[in-house]
Amino acid sequence: MPGLAAELDQHPGIWRGSELARSACPGIATGFAALDAELPGGGWPRGALTEILPQHEGIGELRILGPALAGLAAQGKFIAWIAPPYLPYAPALAAAGIDLARVIIVKTSRDADSLWAAEQALRSAACGGVLVWPRDIRFPQLRRLQLAAEDGRCLAVLFRPTQAAREPSPAVLRIALATAAGGLALSIFKRRGAPLFRPILLPALSAPLIAAGSSLSPGSNAHVVDSPASAAVAVGSIPARLALA
Amino acid sequence: MEAFQRGLPSPEPCAVAERQHLLVCDAKAAARGLRAGMPVTAALALAPGLRLRERDAAAETEALLGIAAWAMQCTPNVALAFPDLVLLEVSGSLKLFGGLVKIEVRLRQGLAAMGYGARLAAAPTPRAASWFARAGGQRLIADAALLERELSALPLSVLESKDEETLSSIGIRSIGELLALPRDGLARRFGQRLLDTLDQALGRLPDPRGFCVLPEKFYAAIELPAEATQAEALLFAAKRLLAQLEGFLAARAAGTRQVLFSLTHRAAPATRIELGMVTACREATHFALLLRERLPQTALPVPVRAIGLEVQAIEPLAHSNQNLFADALREEGNWPRLIERLRARLGAAAVHGMGLRADHRPERASVPAEPGAKQLALDFEPRPFWLLERPQGLEENASVPCRDGPLKLLAGPERIESGWWDGADVARDYFIARAANEALLWVYRERSPAGAWYLHGIFS
Repeated sequence: MPGLAAELDQHPGIWRGSELARSACPGIATGFAALDAELPGGGWPRGALTEILPQHEGIGELRILGPALAGLAAQGKFIAWIAPPYLPYAPALAAAGIDLARVIIVKTSRDADSLWAAEQALRSAACGGVLVWPRDIRFPQLRRLQLAAEDGRCLAVLFRPTQAAREPSPAVLRIALATAAGGLALSIFKRRGAPLFRPILLPALSAPLIAAGSSLSPGSNAHVVDSPASAAVAVGSIPARLALA
Repeated sequence: MEAFQRGLPSPEPCAVAERQHLLVCDAKAAARGLRAGMPVTAALALAPGLRLRERDAAAETEALLGIAAWAMQCTPNVALAFPDLVLLEVSGSLKLFGGLVKIEVRLRQGLAAMGYGARLAAAPTPRAASWFARAGGQRLIADAALLERELSALPLSVLESKDEETLSSIGIRSIGELLALPRDGLARRFGQRLLDTLDQALGRLPDPRGFCVLPEKFYAAIELPAEATQAEALLFAAKRLLAQLEGFLAARAAGTRQVLFSLTHRAAPATRIELGMVTACREATHFALLLRERLPQTALPVPVRAIGLEVQAIEPLAHSNQNLFADALREEGNWPRLIERLRARLGAAAVHGMGLRADHRPERASVPAEPGAKQLALDFEPRPFWLLERPQGLEENASVPCRDGPLKLLAGPERIESGWWDGADVARDYFIARAANEALLWVYRERSPAGAWYLHGIFS
């Protein structure tokens, strides 16, 4: 009965174990088609906790959020950065298309304050995105944040070390980031729907940067404001013996 | 008594005395057998722990003025009748607030929030309204035709006249009986003044009142019944002041960005708590929320005796419109409230936005700014998402910078040489480098003979 199977597939109340969960509320497009295809709702979930577990900082954990954050800021939503490990750098955010007027940086000295601030931001309708870097967080606190996230409708992202992947978490989406040959490997080890076993590969960050950056020849890309003293420093003092590649 | 404590419950019995006799006493004192009119010595014998206060006319006036300023949110025409009456001309406000009953409920709830108990009455003339209030309140008469009948039932005591005794000695017990007397005889015996008073109450004669003018600044204080250090107790008292402030601000169609609390101690200088707002605000609940976050952060040297609330500068703030789909829409635009809440707990410097500055020096190109403020748009070379607060020195091994292994330079140099005029000059060559763990780093080499390497940013 091929007709019946097709009809069952159409039925909104029937979900097959192999499919992604149907999400009532569409996600926020990530800007990466390969990633969107594997996420329920076709993007980052709203009103739920997402965990990103980078292997090390600087792996590309902000790059994968960039387009979504830019889109939220363009809608006039605020993006709260709570307890970031370094200073978010305004020129890079602006280059990623994020409206700086919509950025709130919150520095805290204790995890309790970070979690409190995250909860406030999540529950406030003013925020479209809340990014939190907790130092140490336990299940009950995660659960609390998840409830706060359900209250609002924003993108809630928690950055945690890879070791945290072994601990249980109420987050609906958990992604581990690792470097792989020629790019960034995203392993979605928890999502609404069937787990994904093969990682998603995104192109490496270095290629566009190097293309945009200058060649390794001194003097071609200089921001030098001439000073009386600069004449004393020989131009092109970069030693030629540097191992460049 | 409310002029002192605003109805805050006191742990010990409490009374107010005037000329060595009790004037009023609270429920705890009454339970010990204390009565108004009792000599102070007798009262102290009955209740040795009695907290006795001398009546303070200035404090009562202050309280009356505070109520008047607060009540101006209902009508601009507020008059005072000392020592204990505030008169509001509400005929122009009936439509706005939806009727006399609604205004009465609003006033009653507001007064309770401020910690005052009051008797409310309404009548077509100010004098009749004050008589009803003196006689016990709870009477709302809007119809002038009913006024005479209702007034007739009032006892003579509402007149507060020296003739009361004479009148009662001739068998007159109520206003009605007084009105029934022949007018010319009454005028001859008691003077034209009594007749005029009656006519004003009935609306036959005009009864002009001087209306209050709102003060420019707000100040109110409240004395705690017992010295307190707990945030909850302080907050409870502060809410009474904030309710008064909200009325004052509503009356002026204004809001404020700065609220100053001063907590008075017995043997230490007052602690000052300042709440700063991003945009003007008038809601008592919001101020209370900010204070709740701030109080635990404030170190109180000794217990608090009294709380003062002061607002120096106010700015115009329109009344919020009642919107059919209000909540979701309003909340979205309510980001200043979020920032104020975060700042109240974490401190003003810990919560900021971001701005660009036209400066080649990387550490100066990104500056903290006020969230929500429009920022410059500037173009830069590729820049990392993360900047280290302070460049981190890198080891050099065989002329190659190292960080857990040698770094591979991918792009650069970008020469940045600037700032010789302000003493923070830099002369650096920036490179994009790849670390052993594939992370992309932003490193630079000092343009000096030593030529040390530093890590300044991390691409992400």
